[in-house]
Amino acid sequence: MRSPEDFDDSQSLLEQVNQALENATPLRIQGSNSKAFLGRTTAGEILDTRSHRGIVSYDPTELVVTARCGTLLSQLTQVLDAAQQMLPCEPPSFGDGATVGGMIACGLSGPRRPWAGSVRDFVLGTRVITGQGKLLRFGGEVMKNVAGYDLSRLMAGSYGCLGLITEVSLKVLPKPRQALSISLEMDTERALQHLAEWGQQPLPISAACHDGTRLHLRLEGGEGSVAAAHERLGGERLDASWWDDLNEQRLSFFDEDQPLWRLSLPHNTPSLSLPGRQLIDWGGAQRWLKSDADTAFIRKVVDEVGGHATCFSHGLTDTPFQPLPAALMRYHCNLKQQLDPRGIFNPGRLYAEL
Amino acid sequence: MNILYDERVDGALPDVDKLALLHALQSRLPDLEILHQQEELRPYECDGLSAYRTTPMLVVLPRHVDEVQGVLRLCHELHVPVVARGAGTGLSGGALPLEKGVLLVMARFNNILSIDPAARTARVQPGVRNLAISQAAAPFGLYYAPDPSSQIACSIGGNVAENAGGVHCLKYGLTVHNVLKVDILTVDGEHLSLGSNALDAPGFDLLALFTGSEGLLGVITEVTVKLLPKPQTAKVLLAAFDSVEKAGRAVGDIIAAGIIPGGLEMMDNLAIRAAEDFIHAGYPVDAQAILLCELDGVEADVVDDCDRVRQVLQQAGAIELRQAKDEAERVLFWAGRKNAFPAVGRLSPDYYCMDGTIPRRQLPGVLHAIAELSNEYGLRVANVFHAGDGNMHPLILFDANQPGELDRAEALGGKILELCVKVGGSITGEHGVGREKINQMCAQFNSDELTLFHAIKAAFDPSGLLNPGKNIPTLHRCAEFGAMHIHGGQLPFPELERF
Repeated sequence: MRSPEDFDDSQSLLEQVNQALENATPLRIQGSNSKAFLGRTTAGEILDTRSHRGIVSYDPTELVVTARCGTLLSQLTQVLDAAQQMLPCEPPSFGDGATVGGMIACGLSGPRRPWAGSVRDFVLGTRVITGQGKLLRFGGEVMKNVAGYDLSRLMAGSYGCLGLITEVSLKVLPKPRQALSISLEMDTERALQHLAEWGQQPLPISAACHDGTRLHLRLEGGEGSVAAAHERLGGERLDASWWDDLNEQRLSFFDEDQPLWRLSLPHNTPSLSLPGRQLIDWGGAQRWLKSDADTAFIRKVVDEVGGHATCFSHGLTDTPFQPLPAALMRYHCNLKQQLDPRGIFNPGRLYAEL
Repeated sequence: MNILYDERVDGALPDVDKLALLHALQSRLPDLEILHQQEELRPYECDGLSAYRTTPMLVVLPRHVDEVQGVLRLCHELHVPVVARGAGTGLSGGALPLEKGVLLVMARFNNILSIDPAARTARVQPGVRNLAISQAAAPFGLYYAPDPSSQIACSIGGNVAENAGGVHCLKYGLTVHNVLKVDILTVDGEHLSLGSNALDAPGFDLLALFTGSEGLLGVITEVTVKLLPKPQTAKVLLAAFDSVEKAGRAVGDIIAAGIIPGGLEMMDNLAIRAAEDFIHAGYPVDAQAILLCELDGVEADVVDDCDRVRQVLQQAGAIELRQAKDEAERVLFWAGRKNAFPAVGRLSPDYYCMDGTIPRRQLPGVLHAIAELSNEYGLRVANVFHAGDGNMHPLILFDANQPGELDRAEALGGKILELCVKVGGSITGEHGVGREKINQMCAQFNSDELTLFHAIKAAFDPSGLLNPGKNIPTLHRCAEFGAMHIHGGQLPFPELERF
């Protein structure tokens, strides 16, 4: 579990933040920069988190792992693998150097998300360097903890705009005993219809993606349930690595030159009529769109069905994240002002106002 | 240290002219039901933490969201504190009223607005009871997973405010994992939607922040929850052990075998005997501990898992092992556990229920220390434990009519919570801080951490009118509380004045 590179560099990170507070220098928090394409461009001095690394504690029978922000996501996955456990939210890495801190700050989850939960769902506790220049601890290493506000889960997906996450404790789970992937030929309408129907039944589906002509499914559970579901659904066998290719955006769908959008929708939304090509993931709740369509048009279509759209192609728009209603934005600003009064943490990464 | 609101350490509350407020509410909201006479207010003077009572200045019972908005706007204008209340079943005094405040009762909002089986969601008003959601979803083969033991009575708004748990949390999560969207009104009556009908929403995860915020950041007016397909089958095993240590180790062994039970509960001898005496569930009364392990899911998997768990339990030294032979016996096994609190209540005129969590490996040591504290304070303690997720519910038995016993029970409870913090756990797993654990918050968080919590509060409620005094203690309170617990000669919060 321990690696020779493990190092507690929190004091130096704290000093860097305090220096930035003193000089009112904005900081650009970065690990390996594997997800730099997400969000707006942040001007600021680079604060490299990778010196603070290592798995601090892991007891498989407690189902909890604690790691420093600069720990490689791949190292964490390896350690969990060895104990037959996993991060159920399957975070994508988008590069070999992806770190645990970046994984939490971006809050992206993989194909299992609708059935298992998101990154924030597995966050139990964090250590955070705050806008007051203090290294504080919230949450902990226990499954249930409702003391105080849930600052740890708030940090997940906040793109480093509320403070510097130095350490995180995550709930982990045993890997399923059996896993089997299949693909079935069917059109989009039928796939969405089937998914809505199967979703109401206790089927062991743990990933569902439709590429326009085929529905790809992953079945996970005990031997009995997986075999029974396979028998019922039929289909061709699919290599498990297909899901990694989907998660890391290595499928040919992602190759084309057009801008990439992530649409987050109620999962039973009918197929959306938008220019370009779509790939339906998360059983319908996450759809990838390759399209030259106008930002405002995409947002309008998605907003009408209760969803939101994030631009995954850097620099295409000044609002890669869907703009917030005015009242909600005001409270976002209040929160930013309270937690980062000097505005040093990734200013503008999420929204220009923050 | 008394936990009723104390302006000296919890902060001064604005003085309000009750009659003027009453008249203002009546004239602005003529249809709003308002209670203002002593005998009408009495039933609202406490929630599930009935040892502490405060009569509210006024009680309002709105039926429409615009009435809630009207109440909030007026109270904001006149600078009147507001305490929101759902079904009033909370165990930590989160809805304990204020003498100088309005109690905003949301119980009349009890309509299920829609069940969408294809989307697997239910949109409900905040006063809808937890169990009513599962009942309404049942015809579609769906249910709402979090099941606090008060589920027949507690309301979903309260569940969100407290981030309620239950016996199935390890596998199915807490309230925060099962809610998609919450509509709230801010302190000045502005409407916000947090979360969305999709699986995530743009911006900060304010839904996570609001869940469990105990009514300090806003008032919940609508909740959209996730529904799950009902597991095809559920089977329960009962294992008896001659020591709590062995039972504790068995829990770790089950998880090490790669199995996540739907429910995994432990009871110690005093709790076993109390439950058996009350429910006659067939519990082995000589056992030092029993484990109830429920496995649910698809039939074939559950049968396999039962075999595996049986083996694990035998190897862990179970002296007796039974599987409920049918649904009736399964329900009976659970009835003993689910009635453990009232069962213990029969042993003693009063009991005080704790809610600490610990890393599971610490269980034997913590139970041992609780036994020692129990002797030291001369009060019996029965232990009921959500073993799967490390959430303990020690029940302290006492008699409030005996002078000093309530104080002793409280002091013992405080010691147990501080012990939980010391071994890496938390003072509350699912009941919330409310007023009950306000002092122990000072043990779990340092002054910088508490200051940050106050900053979060200030982002949403700068005037501090929503549920003041709950959840987060003032530094002043911690200074006074800490003064009674000076560790290693170091005075906590040296920067504060002493009185």
